Amino acid sequence: MSKVIGQRVTRYDGMSHVTGETKFVDDQVVPGTLTVKALRSPVSKGKIKNLDISAAAKMPGVAGIITAADVPCNAFGLVPDQPVLVSEDIRYRGEAIAAVAAVDEDAAMEALEKIGLDIQEQQAVLDPLESMKEGAPQVRPEGNLQMWDGHDYRQVNLGDVDQAFEQADEIVESTHLHPSVEHAPMEPICSLAVPHAGPKLTVYTVSQALYFHLGMLCGILQMEPGSVQCKQWKAKTGSAWRHNTGYADVNYIGGTVGGGFGGKNDIMADHVAALLALKTGRPCKWRWTRAEDLLYSTFRGAWHITIKDAVTKQGRIIGRQMTSIRDAGAYASLNPYVVEKHCYLGAGPYFIPNVRVRGYCVYTNKPPASSMRGFGITPAAFATEVQLDKIADRLGMDPWEVRLTNAFRKGEYTPTKRVLNSVAMIEVLQNLAAKAGVELPGHLKAMASTQERG
Amino acid sequence: MKKIGKGIAAGFYPSGMSGGGDSSQAMVKVQPDGSAVVTVGSCDIGQGCKTIMAQITAEVLGIDYEAVKVVNDDTDNCPLSFGTFASRVTYVDGLATKMAAEDARRILFEIAAVMLECSEDVLEAVDSQIRVKGNPDKSLSIGEVAGAGTFGMRKFILGLGHYMRDPAAMDPETCECDPFCTLAWAASFAEVEVDTETGEVEILRLVNSYDVGKAMNPTHLEGQIDGGATMGVGAAMSENLHPFFPSLEFQPDNLGDYAIPTTMDVPDMESVIYECPSTNGPYGAKGIGEMTANTPGPAIVNAIHDAVGIWITNLPATPEKVLRALDAKGA
Repeated sequence: MSKVIGQRVTRYDGMSHVTGETKFVDDQVVPGTLTVKALRSPVSKGKIKNLDISAAAKMPGVAGIITAADVPCNAFGLVPDQPVLVSEDIRYRGEAIAAVAAVDEDAAMEALEKIGLDIQEQQAVLDPLESMKEGAPQVRPEGNLQMWDGHDYRQVNLGDVDQAFEQADEIVESTHLHPSVEHAPMEPICSLAVPHAGPKLTVYTVSQALYFHLGMLCGILQMEPGSVQCKQWKAKTGSAWRHNTGYADVNYIGGTVGGGFGGKNDIMADHVAALLALKTGRPCKWRWTRAEDLLYSTFRGAWHITIKDAVTKQGRIIGRQMTSIRDAGAYASLNPYVVEKHCYLGAGPYFIPNVRVRGYCVYTNKPPASSMRGFGITPAAFATEVQLDKIADRLGMDPWEVRLTNAFRKGEYTPTKRVLNSVAMIEVLQNLAAKAGVELPGHLKAMASTQERG
Repeated sequence: MKKIGKGIAAGFYPSGMSGGGDSSQAMVKVQPDGSAVVTVGSCDIGQGCKTIMAQITAEVLGIDYEAVKVVNDDTDNCPLSFGTFASRVTYVDGLATKMAAEDARRILFEIAAVMLECSEDVLEAVDSQIRVKGNPDKSLSIGEVAGAGTFGMRKFILGLGHYMRDPAAMDPETCECDPFCTLAWAASFAEVEVDTETGEVEILRLVNSYDVGKAMNPTHLEGQIDGGATMGVGAAMSENLHPFFPSLEFQPDNLGDYAIPTTMDVPDMESVIYECPSTNGPYGAKGIGEMTANTPGPAIVNAIHDAVGIWITNLPATPEKVLRALDAKGA
């Protein structure tokens, strides 16, 4: 008998949240902290011809400026294809080129204005449908389409979809556009990096995946013995930074986040704050404004989803073909995983014996999209559930009946042939009808997930 | 003219990373007075994982929820977790925490077996006591056991847990694979009123139905369902980061222009919970953190169709799009 599980116990940290006692990254106060501001690209695509920080470095109140030359390993991410700071090729508007640490925000902003930047603007491609075409401007050297096992799409193939279309009484098609959506958590991106003698580094982070980012940050901070970074660090602190930066060199502090929704699964500020802390030997805080957060943080990339269904007069979906195109922005981030998840489960909670899904992950000159609550399934749910009503409309059937007729039952399998054992689609729909005050006909009320399909 | 319509949508969602391979570890330390500290590496992003981990620890050790402290705030002290995403924390961290608490309880039973002169397997941990099953008179408070074990027997009452689903082997041509831990199931019902003069859509009612495996904390669950539904309402009705997609022109840069629903935009919401236990999750639980944003949107779009006969295939369903679709239908 459960004493605690299933009980409405008081939220563990509720009182400290509502009284303002909880400390988020921006609430951390470390004396002597410098303010970080970044120089961001004004164009969506271009080449840096000249970058001159000499005048900015001499401005009053400026403690340090970093550019790509200061980043020990300037490529990160799961793939990893994304630079911390652009060295030459700009791939999206807002991409960071340099960052300043100064005594206050005014000094940092004034220094940014003194940075000499000469960019040769190039033709950007913002439309994923254009970017897929042969001869489209190249977004990244690895190609405009993510590759999987020799294909420029992730595929799922179950049964024989073409045969299902031949056997169908009706073929129902639709195309949907799910727009770009921002996570917009209450707490924008913020990072505070504090250097210590030892040498060690403490990073206060908004990350929703501490260990994931700890490994990534250590990768960025790998320092070649005798490198510029090592010398800078030694000059500031008197001791050398351990060259092969490991988990013991960095303590990542966080764990209580002011909303994430998938928007804090990628490092966005910790690397810059850490590098400036190492360069200046002082605590550095980079707090993004709400505008920066909306314009340059990751987001749910837009999706074009086309569905073609083979349907019988009785309302059974016997075949489904989905072609889905994800606008990934300029870098991989978690986009390939988002597309994979879409392919595994995007066809929805129905037993369809013949399924073909092709998911494309297309790079464009937008800020990198990444994970957002529901990954690739949220846009799929929009497309497939509107499609279900179109099928009902075409057949003159009730939307409840179409769903209950096709709903997964115990022992049936998903498009990747995973056999299901804990299935409740029918019961959840029946409960919904009861709660909503909808009287289902007797044969729908009598259905159960444990009944074998007749 | 104002017209009313009703719509539904259904969905499912996996717990844990699709493709597997994601780890979480947990430590449960029983203090000399019988209270406990559970340490995990996952973040609380507002979803309430500290509450759930404290509940699991309290349940296994048979102590009060208030006697558990949760630590999750840095990588020097906390064990590995892949992170808080993929609706994985209640399931994966929950399993790791349950394992760690059971490991700590095993040590308590070792100590108590010596003190009560019985074998370990007849013991149970309930009501803040370690006692012989079926013989409540033969019992010790958990504080007595922990204190005697720590100071008298030099025991370190520290339990460890680690859960990781193996990475899924996958066929590259068919994608045949077993990519997830379990599935939770959802459906939403929306009732809307469409103003055919202005194109405005008012959501009158939203009902959400879920299978969650096990409702670990119904209050948290209801909050998560309503919060996710609000995000679904935003995606369906007002949120668009690139309003002139694929162009970046007029991208909103403030929360006045990027329209997240306010309480005024959210209708009365009701929810209904069903428990179809997962075969492996802690107490049968499944994760529903993400999926709560998935079905409300299409239910609203289907309700708009039911009301005025138009299909919104390009979100969000702004008054402009509704009016243009009505014009196109009339033409």
